[in-house]
Amino acid sequence: MWKKLILSASLAAFGGFLLIWAVFPRSPITASTMAVLADPNLENGARVFWAGGCASCHAANGAKGEARLILTGGRAFETEFGTFYAPNISADANAGIGSWTMAQFLSAMQHGRGPNGLPLYPAFPYTAYRLADPQDMADLYGYLQSLPADPSLSRDHDLTFPFNIRPALFFWQALYLEQGYAVTAPLSDEALRGRYLVEALAHCGECHTPRGALGAVDHGAWLRGAPNPSGQGRIPPLTPDELTWSKDEIAAYLNDGFTPSFDSAGGHMVDVIRNMAILQPDDRAAIAQYLKELP
Amino acid sequence: MTFSASFTIKSTLLAAALAVACLPAFANEGAIGARQGQFKIMALNIGVLGSMARGTVEYDAAQAQIAADNLAAISQLNQAFNWPEGSDMMAATTNRALPAIWENQDDFLAKWAAFGTAATGLQAAAGNGLEAMQAALGPVGGSCGACHDAYRQPQ
Repeated sequence: MWKKLILSASLAAFGGFLLIWAVFPRSPITASTMAVLADPNLENGARVFWAGGCASCHAANGAKGEARLILTGGRAFETEFGTFYAPNISADANAGIGSWTMAQFLSAMQHGRGPNGLPLYPAFPYTAYRLADPQDMADLYGYLQSLPADPSLSRDHDLTFPFNIRPALFFWQALYLEQGYAVTAPLSDEALRGRYLVEALAHCGECHTPRGALGAVDHGAWLRGAPNPSGQGRIPPLTPDELTWSKDEIAAYLNDGFTPSFDSAGGHMVDVIRNMAILQPDDRAAIAQYLKELP
Repeated sequence: MTFSASFTIKSTLLAAALAVACLPAFANEGAIGARQGQFKIMALNIGVLGSMARGTVEYDAAQAQIAADNLAAISQLNQAFNWPEGSDMMAATTNRALPAIWENQDDFLAKWAAFGTAATGLQAAAGNGLEAMQAALGPVGGSCGACHDAYRQPQ
């Protein structure tokens, strides 16, 4: 009796996956999306690279200086679902993304789909990059392909059942992929630019916003602080009622790493500031303005 | 052995164990306070230089030199007594020292030494104009970050 029930439930689930796989297009990137893209601008691609914080997860653990451009992967994310390992995204054709087409890259960045059409785990923050301008993603593609190739193979994620069933992510994506911007209230032009940097590229919400049961960030508590995903303590809130620093103080902190009382940043924020310091001053000012206008 | 004798021995042992458990806790409180004071003095002096570097305060060579001299002097403090075992973040609520410090003591001390190198460089440059000071302050900030990245809990 139970065996039959389990068998039919498994068959139904398997059938469901097949159905969804058949219904979801293999490549969500259409020819018309690709047709409007200009050739990659590598200078802008580098800016998107640092704003997006790619090196923080995809460079080798502890990499410094030029080594942060060797995107061998390796950062581990211990979560309640198991451990995720950031993969090799260097230009290596075998271990990295050297053989990916630009359309495959856009599909991964903005639709969370691997080159084989299967969903990617949202530990890779495509829910943020999804909001980015496709031309910025094309420029990033060009920049990544210009960086050194590294042959180190990516480490497989080490996840618990049922989270190790990748097609189940079709359901997750159906629920959370279309979330859009978290802040929809009217913003100044500068804060709109900051919103793009914070929400679409720098994915600050991944740590500064609490998550729901299935790991999606909670837009209802956007940037209101959350438990530290990589250890004890909390990631602080950034809303103006909690973060009372002036706009200039926030922008300066993102450049030199010092709080208004000249304490220094700690934890993963140190690495974030290494990226932010490479941006232009008006980008840091825009981020600060957006934080000051947060609801 | 009678019950009461056994009880007495047990309570004596318990009292001794408690005393051993409590003594380092008191000692650690002193160490935690001392090292936090050390970092506050660092922050105060970095603030003098950082405000000039940010342009919120006008550069003053003499003031910059005093701050840089202070930082260089602090960097020479031997850290031997500031980080006793059992003084990690579990020991006090205001304390954010990660247990990794005691698992990687050589690396931790190497990072303190790196602050010393950067502070010595700053001491040599701080009085030589705003740009020279700014350039030398960067590595000092980097040495703060390098250690806090690995060994300090976010909040």
